[in-house]
Parts: sequence; structure tokens; C-alpha cells
Amino acid sequence: MSVQTYTPQAFHRQAHDALGNPQIRANFRQAMDGLMTKRRDSFGDWDVEALRDLGASIRLRALAKLPDLLEQLEANCQANGIQVHWAQDGDEACRLIRELCEARDAKRVIKGKSMVSEEMHLNAHLEEAGIEALESDLGEYLVQLNEQTPSHIIMPAIHLNTDEISDLMHAKTGTDKTRDVDYLTAAARQQLRERFMNADVGVSGVNFAVAETGTLCLVENEGNGRMTTTVPPVHIAVTGIEKVVEHLHDVPPLYALLTRSATGQHVTTYFNMISGPRKPEEHDGPREVHLVLVDNGRSSIYQDDELLDTLRCIRCGACMNHCPVYTRVGGHTYGTTYPGPIGSILMPHLQGLEATQDLPSASSLCGACGEVCPVRIPIPDLLVRLRKEAVGEGRGNVEGAGVKRNRKEVLAWKGWQWLATHPGAWRASTSVAGKFRALTPSKLGPWTQYRTAPKPASTPLHVLVKRHRQVNRQEGES
Amino acid sequence: MSARDSILKRLRERTDGPLTAPESDYSVMGGRGWTPEQRLAHFEEKITSVHGEVIHADRSNWADALTQVLTDKGVKRLGVGREHPVAREAREALAGGAVELIDVERDIETWQREQFETLEAGLTSTRGGIAETGSLWLWPTPDEPRRLSLVPPLHIAVLDADVIEDTLFDVIASHDWANNMPTNALLISGPSKTADIEQTLAYGVHGPRELVILVRH
Repeated sequence: MSVQTYTPQAFHRQAHDALGNPQIRANFRQAMDGLMTKRRDSFGDWDVEALRDLGASIRLRALAKLPDLLEQLEANCQANGIQVHWAQDGDEACRLIRELCEARDAKRVIKGKSMVSEEMHLNAHLEEAGIEALESDLGEYLVQLNEQTPSHIIMPAIHLNTDEISDLMHAKTGTDKTRDVDYLTAAARQQLRERFMNADVGVSGVNFAVAETGTLCLVENEGNGRMTTTVPPVHIAVTGIEKVVEHLHDVPPLYALLTRSATGQHVTTYFNMISGPRKPEEHDGPREVHLVLVDNGRSSIYQDDELLDTLRCIRCGACMNHCPVYTRVGGHTYGTTYPGPIGSILMPHLQGLEATQDLPSASSLCGACGEVCPVRIPIPDLLVRLRKEAVGEGRGNVEGAGVKRNRKEVLAWKGWQWLATHPGAWRASTSVAGKFRALTPSKLGPWTQYRTAPKPASTPLHVLVKRHRQVNRQEGES
Repeated sequence: MSARDSILKRLRERTDGPLTAPESDYSVMGGRGWTPEQRLAHFEEKITSVHGEVIHADRSNWADALTQVLTDKGVKRLGVGREHPVAREAREALAGGAVELIDVERDIETWQREQFETLEAGLTSTRGGIAETGSLWLWPTPDEPRRLSLVPPLHIAVLDADVIEDTLFDVIASHDWANNMPTNALLISGPSKTADIEQTLAYGVHGPRELVILVRH
């Protein structure tokens, strides 16, 4: 399979290519339809709206107290023996992790799934320093074998079907070509066990970091997360600063929302709560546990009352599963670490609007993402806000604000506004437009690609209404 | 200024001013009000739905059920603790039998490969069960280390029917987890699984392929 690089700048071309690829469309359609049904069924017995209210309040409370909770988390982690590091951006976080590896002469890193590590391109950074970084989540492992990036934040290899995966594993690892998923899974298990045994460092993400206890919570089904955090002598957890929650009892509601929203499961196989390295009397577990807290643009989002809601996200992926655009174009089309609606409201802050200006517009504003969001992020409102920022009509506090501002468009709207508020001029112009209607262009750029160009009416509506009233009046008099 | 201080400073000196924390209403999390029978039925339904295998046994002769499971699954090498009553009773019952009992209270560095390659099953106690999600909760100890429930292809967990509670929310409160967190607390709900290959469910991708829960009454 050829290696293709995707960028947010090429969104339109990538969307065009994806729409013309029946394999991609079929893979996503089938998967997303299944996930939507499973999500709906999994909330069966619950008062889902009350649970969403609770989830939203927990996340908002955590954000309201964010600096205090981060300090509390740090103090409690340290008291538990977890070493805490802070990084202002992805590069600093990569450097921190590389230095931790180098100081321990670590050459082999095994990874559990972590979107933050994808966001900061940790694997590439480590490889450059001669440190092998191997993904152990099956989907991530396949995507890495295929020299790709994840196309979905929960199901990284959702764009590949069984035949493609069979061919990939055959080419890269020498397994038999087969559609037997049990065989392929068992083969990956065997390949990865050896790597777990030989790994010097395990790197994982964090789903919830609990401030009051200094606990790192990891949600997973495969057991690779437990392996990554238990087998190597050193565990480095990396997370965005927004993942903190205040209390341990804040975790069950968020966990209940996360698994159901993500995959329609009532629970995952493992919920792994780590509150420290191996104690002297214990016989397994890592000797060292490190927590790397990464800002990477989050504290900028935090400044603005409306944009703040972006940081509530618990990374379930329900917004992409329900997005009619994502379902049709797939995850790679967005060209960003986080695709779909959440990516479209998050990536402009991480990469600036210049690079990501097309993403907030990659939505029909149908509202499905906002309706399913387990923590009630008003995603459609945030998409609109970023569209405004892109054309310079917002607060101007997003990097690259105004990049899409088009002087001709601004003038055209200003002119229209003036005409529409001056009746005499309006009547004159519609009358002129009607007379010269044969001269209006039939091609108006992308607008007329799938539509007929509008033509001014030969007689304006105002005139028609006036005549109609006159006729009525005359009939009434006679 | 350190990264830590600049991040905290930026968060504290927020452009739009300080934020007010909303109230949280947790009532949706509790008050299931199930009887012990309902609790057990919920637990069994949920954990069976994710491929867990439930076997009921009497507390007096549960070790017979264990022996039967080991025979049925063809287990020859079983990892088991020494101190927990579950481990002690299991060791007594299996002593001198066909199943080799493997000591697990050894530093893992001394038997890493042995554990990965030759251990066929791990037996652990559990601290309790959660009815709503069909989950076991474990706090691994030096006697029953974390990897005993993770590395072998079969995990046999012993659960007493009377320690099943309604929800995780209840368990965290009633056992005061917030003041007692161990280095590793685990919820286990079924065997290891993945759906990463075209949404097709497959078991035992990294952890155990099978989870047997011996429920003692």
C-alpha cells in the first residue's frame, strides 16, 4: 500500500479523493452505522440526559478549578511516588520523554494508545534519537505497520478492512493470508508479547487523572494498556492538562459515559487505576512512574469563555461516529491528529487557523455531534465561532484569525446590507436586475457545481404583490 | 520561568476572568435498590454478555469446582498465591494432583519469560463484584501480583456472592477508596478483547483469552 501524507490544507482534495473511493466509504459507513446503534442501545436503562448533565458539570467544575487541581494532582502524585513533569508544547514533552529514556539507556519503548502522543509526534521524535517506539494497541500496531496515522481516535484502523489487514500483516510480519480474525489477532499477540518482555519503557496516555488521590485511570479492552504500564521497568504516562478531575467519585459517571458513547459498551474489559510505582514488598509493576502534563495550546483555549468548552472533551469519538461528513470522507481526510467535529474545533487552536481554515466549514451544522456529546460540548456553536474567527468577525484570539477574510466578499455583503435597508435603491436595483436577467452568469464557482445559478425574476416580488393587492381591491369595489 | 509556573500562571490569569464551578447532581449514579438475588442476576447477565464464564459453587467445596475447571481446560501449570485464604484452600485441594502449582510471590525479573511462556492459568481472589456492569474489582497484592490476572491465557477469579454491590459509584464510597488507593486498583469485566480488525470481536489479544468466575455461595 502506498504511503500518503494528509494535511488539513489539502482538505478539499482529500475529501474529493475519499468520496471517490468506494472501499473507504464502505468501511466507514458500516462501522459508523453499527456504532450509532450500539451507543443508543447501551444507554437503555439510564436517564441519559441526567447522566450527560452530571458529566458536563464534572468537567466544567474541573476546568473552573484547573490550576488548583493540577497542583493538587501533582502533590498527590508525588506523595505516591509518581514523578511529575510539565511541558508547554509537544516538542518540550517529546524532549522530556526522550531525556527520561536516554538517562536510563532505554532503546525500546512500547506504547499504549495515546492521542496526545500522536498530537506531539512522539514516535517520530524518539525514532530520530535512535529509540524504537512500538504501538501495542492492535489498531495502532496495524496503522504503524502501514506507516499511517489513526483515522479514528478510538478505532485507529477503522479505515482498513480484513483483507487489507491480512495483506498488510502478511507483507510486514509474514503471517498467512486469511480472513480469520482470530488467527490474525493471535499472531499479533505473539509478535507483541516478545516486545513487551524486551521493552525498557512503557508510554501510555491517561483517560482521567484524579487530583484528590493522585491516580491515573486508563480505559481499555485489550490489556495492552495494562501490559504497557506493568511490564516495563519504567512507565511514562502522558496527558493533556485538561484531563484532570477533582474527585474519585467523579470517575464512575465519566467512565459510564465514555464507554457507552465511544463503542456502545456498558463497560470495558479493563479499568486500570495507577496510584504509584511498585512498592518494595511488591513483586511486579514498574519501578518508576512518570506523569508528563502537556499544555500544547490548551491554556490558550482556556482564556476564552466560549472556547473553553472545547476542553471538556473526554475523547469518546461519538461526535465523529455521528457526523455525516466524517462518515463519508473518513478520518484521514481531515489531515489532523483529531478528525471529525472535535478535531475541527480543537485543531485550529493547535495548528492555527491558517492551516486548518477549512475544518470548521467541514460540517453541515446538522447538530448531531452536539446532541450525542456525553459532556454537552456545544460543538455546532464552536464551529460557527471558529468560522467567524476565520473571516475576522470573532474576537481575534485564535491564531490565524481573519485568514479567510475576503475583501470582495465583505464588500458584497456590505453592499447588500445597504441596499436591503434603502427601499428606493432596492426597488431600483431589482427592477434593473430583472431587465438584464439574461446577462447574469450561469457559472458561479463551486456554488453552481451541483446547482443551477439563480436568475433575478423578470418582475420583482414587490411589484407582483403590489399588483395582486390592486386587483383584490378593484374586485372588492366592484 | 519553568514550564510548570508559566502554565499555571496563564491558567490563573485568565483573560475572561475566574470561572464558577457548577453543582453536580449524582442522584443518577445511585439508588439501584437491588436485592442480593437481583444483584447476582445482573452481575451474571452482564459478565456473561462479554464472554465471562460464571460457575456457581458452594463455599465448602468450591475447590472441587476449581479442580473441574482446571481439568476441563487442560491446565497443567497454575499460578497461585500463598497467603490469601483462596490461595491456601486451592493449594490444599490441588496438592499432589496433576496440576503444577507455580509460586507467584517472586520478583518478576527472576521469572519474566517463564511467566509469559509457560504459565497456563492464574488464580486470584477478588475484593468484590459490581452488578451493574458485571465487573470484578481487584487490588493486587504481593501475594497475588498484578500480572497474575493479565499474562496467563486463562484467569480464574474467585468471587463471593455476598460481596457483589450495585455500582462502581457505591463501591468507591462504601470502601472509602479515596483514602485507601493501592498502587494498582483494577476493574476486570470479561477476557481481553479487541474489535480493531473490521469491528470483528476477537478474544485474548493481549490479556487472558478466557475469564472464569467461580461464584461462591
